[in-house]
Amino acid sequence: MPEPHRSPARSALGPLVLIAAIVGAGAAAFAYTAGWLSPERLTPSKLVDALTPPSGPPLGHRRNHAKGICFTGLFEANGAGAALSRAQVFSQGQYPVLGRFNLGTPDPNAADAMERVRGLGLRIATPDGQEWRSAMIDLPFFPVATPQGFYELLVASGSKEPDAMKNFAAAHPEIAAFGAWAKSAPWTASYAEERFNSLNSFVFTDGSDAEHVVRWSLLPAAAPVDVAPEDLAKRGADFLNQDITERVAAGPQRWTMTVTVANPGDPTADPSKAWPADRRTIEVGTLVVQKIEAEADGPCRDINFDPTVLPAGIKTSDDPFPAARSAAYSISYNRRTAEAASYPRTTPGAKP
Amino acid sequence: MTGTHRRFTPLQRLLHWLMAAAILAMLFIGVGMVSTVTPKYLALVSLHKPLGIAILVLALIRLALRLSHGAPALPADLPEPMKLAAVLSHWALYALMIGMPLLGWGMLSAASYPVVLAGGIHLPSILPPSDRLHTLLWDAHYFLAFAFFALILLHVAAALFHALVRRDGVFEAMAPTPTRDEAAPAE
Repeated sequence: MPEPHRSPARSALGPLVLIAAIVGAGAAAFAYTAGWLSPERLTPSKLVDALTPPSGPPLGHRRNHAKGICFTGLFEANGAGAALSRAQVFSQGQYPVLGRFNLGTPDPNAADAMERVRGLGLRIATPDGQEWRSAMIDLPFFPVATPQGFYELLVASGSKEPDAMKNFAAAHPEIAAFGAWAKSAPWTASYAEERFNSLNSFVFTDGSDAEHVVRWSLLPAAAPVDVAPEDLAKRGADFLNQDITERVAAGPQRWTMTVTVANPGDPTADPSKAWPADRRTIEVGTLVVQKIEAEADGPCRDINFDPTVLPAGIKTSDDPFPAARSAAYSISYNRRTAEAASYPRTTPGAKP
Repeated sequence: MTGTHRRFTPLQRLLHWLMAAAILAMLFIGVGMVSTVTPKYLALVSLHKPLGIAILVLALIRLALRLSHGAPALPADLPEPMKLAAVLSHWALYALMIGMPLLGWGMLSAASYPVVLAGGIHLPSILPPSDRLHTLLWDAHYFLAFAFFALILLHVAAALFHALVRRDGVFEAMAPTPTRDEAAPAE
């Protein structure tokens, strides 16, 4: 045992410098880990900030896909998916669903006819207590190959520099396919006629622990009817919400869920590249939308459709987007819940 | 609360150093995960939750040991303000070790996120879904993490001050090394 020793004569300078150095190094390591020493690091906050429209952030709303409408219904699994994943959601049966149709815009008051990207958020719950959340869009592939590319796209499209988009396209040639799709793909007048795609790849693990890299889609039962964009522009700003409300009131709307399995060598980490059409695809069940509710006081309002909330039997792949989306959705969720007072929490004219 | 023995028990010391590593890792994981969009984000989040629950369990065990076994007395000649700082900072550390995991668990519950640990273990929700509660708990979790780290730096500085400058046996009371008197504990 060292004897208690108190000799003020002993020089404390050396030990004090050492202590300061140790504490300083700890603080510096922490600051580095927090990203404070690397301003070039793409943080979730920067990504979400880049979504802010010139008019300011949509207080109390999702930072993207801000305009939406809630639905509830069922997922009817036919059992075929059990060959790919041991998640209970693929065992034959019916599982409750909460979801949201939405537009790919940070403007909660956008006119429906103006938005090219339509989305669907989904949460399927199973009796084993697990959840599968997914946020899908109607594009056949994502506009950019990486989260960094997405950030640069947001910065370029918000930039006042005349060459910003041209320079972006030169650095990210994959954006050309999105441009071609946006120009040529038909428009429909209904969420019920849209196909929604996961775009990101995920890994399914089956009962024998074999892994399959997959993407999934929801294929509409309603036949798509092409409508010219100029005709859509003549409709009311909320025609999509009105249409889906009327359709579902008249009867449940259905989508077939298909799961497509990658071949070895397919680009699983790059959602800007569609897989060839001949890949093995199996129908795993049907999404049945039974009830529509306005978002303002609807059950989807406070749900974060984080695509990394997955049941055992589904996990993320080498696709970098689900992680980036999860990080950004979390920031968006934190901001909008903190701003709840700014959100009109009841539907105009609805129950008090 | 204070005993006549000179060192914490071997189990208390083991828990202290195990938790020191776990809590430091936890704080770095936390501050790192909220600053990145790379796939590391998911790996860090999936470490953060089970590690947080492990720290909660260990902290409760440790608190029980502290209450039953006490702690070695501080040196009699330690100035009163330093004694007070030592006592207050230790109880603040206990409050944070137990409070931070509960705040995290509560904020996930209030946000309707499933709380999943390693191996697909689900924890029950401990709070109803609520924007207001989520915001309150999230802010508390976030800002207290920085306070926790600052307190740990202070704790390290004080421990080193005892070990290197005052050499008064306070550091040795929690040192990870066994000593000769271990075979015959003071109590």
